Amino acid sequence: MKKYIIAGVLVIAFVAYLIFANKSSAPVAVTTPAATNPTSSPATTGPTSLPTTTGPSGNPPTSTPTTPVSQYKNGTYTGAVADAFYGNLQVTVTIQSGAITDVTFPQSPSNGHSGEVSAFALPVLKQEAIAAQSANVNIVSGATQDSQAFQQSLASALAQAKS
Amino acid sequence: MMGMPITAEIVDQHATEETFNEVFDYFAHIDEKFSTYKSTSEITAINHGTLALGDASEEMQIVFAMCEETKTQTNGFFDIKTPNGKYDPSGLVKGWAIWNAAKLLEKKGFENFYIDAGGDIQPHGHNADGKQWAIGIKNPFEQSENIKVIYADEEGVATSGTYIRGTHIYNPRAGNQPVSEIVSLTVIGPNIHDADRFATAAFAMGPSGINFIEQLPGYEGYIIDKNKIATMTTGFEKYTNPRA
Repeated sequence: MKKYIIAGVLVIAFVAYLIFANKSSAPVAVTTPAATNPTSSPATTGPTSLPTTTGPSGNPPTSTPTTPVSQYKNGTYTGAVADAFYGNLQVTVTIQSGAITDVTFPQSPSNGHSGEVSAFALPVLKQEAIAAQSANVNIVSGATQDSQAFQQSLASALAQAKS
Repeated sequence: MMGMPITAEIVDQHATEETFNEVFDYFAHIDEKFSTYKSTSEITAINHGTLALGDASEEMQIVFAMCEETKTQTNGFFDIKTPNGKYDPSGLVKGWAIWNAAKLLEKKGFENFYIDAGGDIQPHGHNADGKQWAIGIKNPFEQSENIKVIYADEEGVATSGTYIRGTHIYNPRAGNQPVSEIVSLTVIGPNIHDADRFATAAFAMGPSGINFIEQLPGYEGYIIDKNKIATMTTGFEKYTNPRA
């Protein structure tokens, strides 16, 4: 059950991002310093979804919509139905000139058909500029320098995002 | 894996040197088995193809099963398979080992302690003043500073981060300037094992990782980007004041 919940979470994050991308119409490209793609420059790549949109291949129960990641082509795409916490969710995106121009929900948890976009919006999370704290502490949590596992996990995720 | 300091503090009076030795011996045992840097470790034998996973120890098989489960739960963002086809489960083993060591102390009747391995922490009970454990989040830009204090009972606190320029996310409409680069992500979870594995995965998700944590019931997170701006989950601040 838990994996379905998380799949739902990822779908919700994806949808929220689509809405954001749609409203701001500011394509965001995800790349690495080493990533080179001779067929497209960042400016013409169009909106690239955050890595959350790509699931591992061969993992159908948790797969999110199968929209191409790095190069959106014009058309209307409907993703696979995913379990989104309280019901099924299916997303259709329309791409024009490489940008997302419409997002609809053929199936949504709220009513089973076209859902309210706002129902999927994530809360706006509080932000702050970091500032030193003087309170006494017993222990300190911080990243270790030998974050090799993280680097590898990250490389794996980026490899998926590029595929 | 264990090129990192491990600290245990036990408040309870009946702790002896032997108690601490047992904890550290357990970590040494885990390191012997799971260190990808050791030519004699079991994980190295698996990676060299001289040991099949099916013939590996029960601990190894448990770890691989948990890694696989975590990969599914995070839609592939947690993956122990390295780009060159080897396995490195250290992103899960550390938190799991801390949790096991904490359970070992619990079993011995200890109530008030913490175990910290490389900045990932499992507290238990209260500190020497009889209060909640106070855990600072290290400033990723200034190692000697804390930028937040978390008060925890039994919650695990894990921080993923990098000081290496790993990933960049560019906005092509803004002169190709990196718009967001996450340098640190702290996760508070029900225990250090779960906090650590989800922190590792959420970090790999980049800026959206905080949304992943936001949607996980029972988890809170605090993410810091390269511009020194932090974003927190909606329930995070309930941990920033000591319980009355």
